[in-house]
Amino acid sequence: MSAQQVLFDAPGPKAVARYRILAAAGIALLIGILGFIGFRMYQKGQLTAEKWSPFIDPNTWTNYYIPGFLDTIQAAAIAIVMSMIFGLMLAMGRMSDIKPVKWIFTAWVEFFRAVPVLIMMIFTFYYLSNSDWSPDNWNPFIGVIAGLVLYNSAVIGEIIRNGVQSLPNGQREAGLAVGLSPSKTRRLILVPQALTSMLPTLVSQVIVVLKDTALGYIILYPELLTRARQLGSAEANVLPAYIVAAVLFIVINYGLSRLAEYVENRQRAKNEGAAKKPNVNTAVPTEGGGATGQVPGTVG
Amino acid sequence: MLELIEQFNVLNAFWVTIKLAFFSAILALILGTIMAIFRLSPVGVLQRFGAAYVTIFRNTPLTLIILLCSLGLWGQLGFEPASRDSDTFIVDLNFRLAIIGLAVYHAAFVCEAIRSGVNTIPLGQAEASRSLGLGFLQGLREIILPQAFRGAITPLGNVLIALIKNTTVAVAIGVTEAAYALRNMMEFRPDVFLLNFLVIAIGFVILTLPTGLFISWASQKWVVRR
Repeated sequence: MSAQQVLFDAPGPKAVARYRILAAAGIALLIGILGFIGFRMYQKGQLTAEKWSPFIDPNTWTNYYIPGFLDTIQAAAIAIVMSMIFGLMLAMGRMSDIKPVKWIFTAWVEFFRAVPVLIMMIFTFYYLSNSDWSPDNWNPFIGVIAGLVLYNSAVIGEIIRNGVQSLPNGQREAGLAVGLSPSKTRRLILVPQALTSMLPTLVSQVIVVLKDTALGYIILYPELLTRARQLGSAEANVLPAYIVAAVLFIVINYGLSRLAEYVENRQRAKNEGAAKKPNVNTAVPTEGGGATGQVPGTVG
Repeated sequence: MLELIEQFNVLNAFWVTIKLAFFSAILALILGTIMAIFRLSPVGVLQRFGAAYVTIFRNTPLTLIILLCSLGLWGQLGFEPASRDSDTFIVDLNFRLAIIGLAVYHAAFVCEAIRSGVNTIPLGQAEASRSLGLGFLQGLREIILPQAFRGAITPLGNVLIALIKNTTVAVAIGVTEAAYALRNMMEFRPDVFLLNFLVIAIGFVILTLPTGLFISWASQKWVVRR
């Protein structure tokens, strides 16, 4: 239902007046909240020039935010590529015709979707710190990657499997009919289509990964947030440093979510253009990230 | 294993996790519903307010939101949801600030879940409510929201499961929940590292698996048949 047009009538003069009052109340509320925050920050001396002037100093950016940003992107990029590869493998394993293989992969996927990313990060980080098979300064990095990949490969595996299940049955039947084996049908016909139709969901999963790199703060990985804290203690402006980091995160993630929307719209247009062909389901779940039987989606 | 659970108070830690999830889920549901009503409302300013809320909080990492609750909300704005006279002042304070952070973050996802629930309702329902002479709020209360909640059980449940798992982030401001317990266990009992992990991980499986099953069952049971 396109709610916006049908939930209320076209307003008459009385309703217009009422809406104006509500709009004014809304603006007053917003100004009230922002004003209160601003006022308290002013009272606490957070709005003084020396708290904010570090941000016009290029050294702040070259020493803290840019390296932090690069470390965030680096961890997110490696994690997403590895999660895609392992996710594909998990999806294939879970769709296998050999029962025991299927069971093992199902158990693996359900387990790692149910365990929080942070738990896996902390485990890997402390495990590596107590063993000596990796150089110590690599531990936070490996911890972040391990946590992200274990969780997101399971989620991406489920996204791909869902994509395969939402394909029209004729695709599989056609594959079998031309003499392909069931596993070849999956590999050559079903999974490639599932990947394209789930592309928007996969892009929104990138946002989840990017946000989750911030968990690296807790195991001291020098990503954006950790760098913001370092800047905050160097310049005694912790709060402004965090606020700037938040703005950076919002801008990047908002850009990515627009990209996901664009991909989705383009795909829908393409499907509608492809005339009478049975519609590949592009209805994409954008919330969630649960255990058992849920459609996987994207809550941080 | 039992000795390990006893030594590090794992059950207590999970009790804190459950309390965190419970209170922040209720707050997030209320706040998210309000934002959803704003986004559906006929007033342009409120629509944009709701949209901005969702954009801001959905795109900020939870770690950052929880840190800002501690540093900003308490440290700067002087919001102090615990009494200084209490012996457990710091514990209570961090616990409640973490609840606020979790609630504010997940409210954005609740709002989107409810909107997706509204999208499952056929046009005729809203038209019928208007033709009966119900106003916007009346129609919302009697016709739209009850069906929207029933249609949104699955996405709302997914938010709940994500929320249960995300309570671990509260360790960033020192709340003694499951991730905190794991950190201690890994630090002081590195000899049984795998057991440490399994104890905590299975704890989360026990929390999220039944929740997931319940949600699938509930979404079947309360689905609006058309």
